[in-house]
Amino acid sequence: MQSKPMALTILDVLSIIGIGVATYFALVYAPTEAVMGNVQRVFYFHVGTAWVGLVGFVVAAVSGIVYLVTKDMRWDRFEVAAVEVSTMFFFITIVLGSIWARPAWNTWWTWDPRLTTAAVTELIYIAYFMLRAGIEEPEKRARFGAVYALLGGLSAPITFMVIRLFRTIHPVVVGTASAEAQGGFDMSGDMLTSMFVSLGAFTILFVSLMWHRIRLGGLEEKVEELKLKVSM
Amino acid sequence: MGPANTDNYMIAGYVVSFVTMGLYLLSLYIRTRNLKRDLETYEAMDNEKK
Repeated sequence: MQSKPMALTILDVLSIIGIGVATYFALVYAPTEAVMGNVQRVFYFHVGTAWVGLVGFVVAAVSGIVYLVTKDMRWDRFEVAAVEVSTMFFFITIVLGSIWARPAWNTWWTWDPRLTTAAVTELIYIAYFMLRAGIEEPEKRARFGAVYALLGGLSAPITFMVIRLFRTIHPVVVGTASAEAQGGFDMSGDMLTSMFVSLGAFTILFVSLMWHRIRLGGLEEKVEELKLKVSM
Repeated sequence: MGPANTDNYMIAGYVVSFVTMGLYLLSLYIRTRNLKRDLETYEAMDNEKK
């Protein structure tokens, strides 16, 4: 494995600072919401993790297309990294949403269109790893993974758009909410600033984690090649 | 009437977020360490074969 690049070290430091600053903005700088109280503060991490989660799934789909065209294994590593990091972030999104829903909607979970599509999206990407684990041959695994990531990538825009197209109780931050939406709030300037700080911090962290995961993928490939060479 | 007391939910949310991210970082570290060990082993086996 090559030594860690300086740019990655800088990115790691920026990620730690960024998440620290985003936490400060969410917990201290942003005002307390008038009705829901402090639970509304999970909104900043909820939106930040959802952003990188959904963007990562789209990145994985694009990487899948590029792999299918070029057959370059570097794009497979890129795709796997995007899916893995996004699945982790999207898990946080779903759990935070559920924690917020308990006091806001008086339930941990409801099969609302947004919650359903989010859960399906997460399950699609958990199944992605199960699919890959079941295929031995690297090229075949990459090809199947690319097609799967491409089809799975459709779930990201669907999850994003579903609260804008269907009747749902999930509040809408950007755009017009459904009449049934519950738990929405008027964002003050300080809340908006905190949200953008969170979006920026999670974007930096996402890039940093993806880079680490891509390097891990390179190491996996090297070990796999050497294992094959030794066994022959 | 002030806002509802929902502090516990907020704390739970942030604990879950940081624990999940921490566990992921730990998994990256452990997998990298194990792969480096595997690489050393296979390189030694490869050298013995030569």
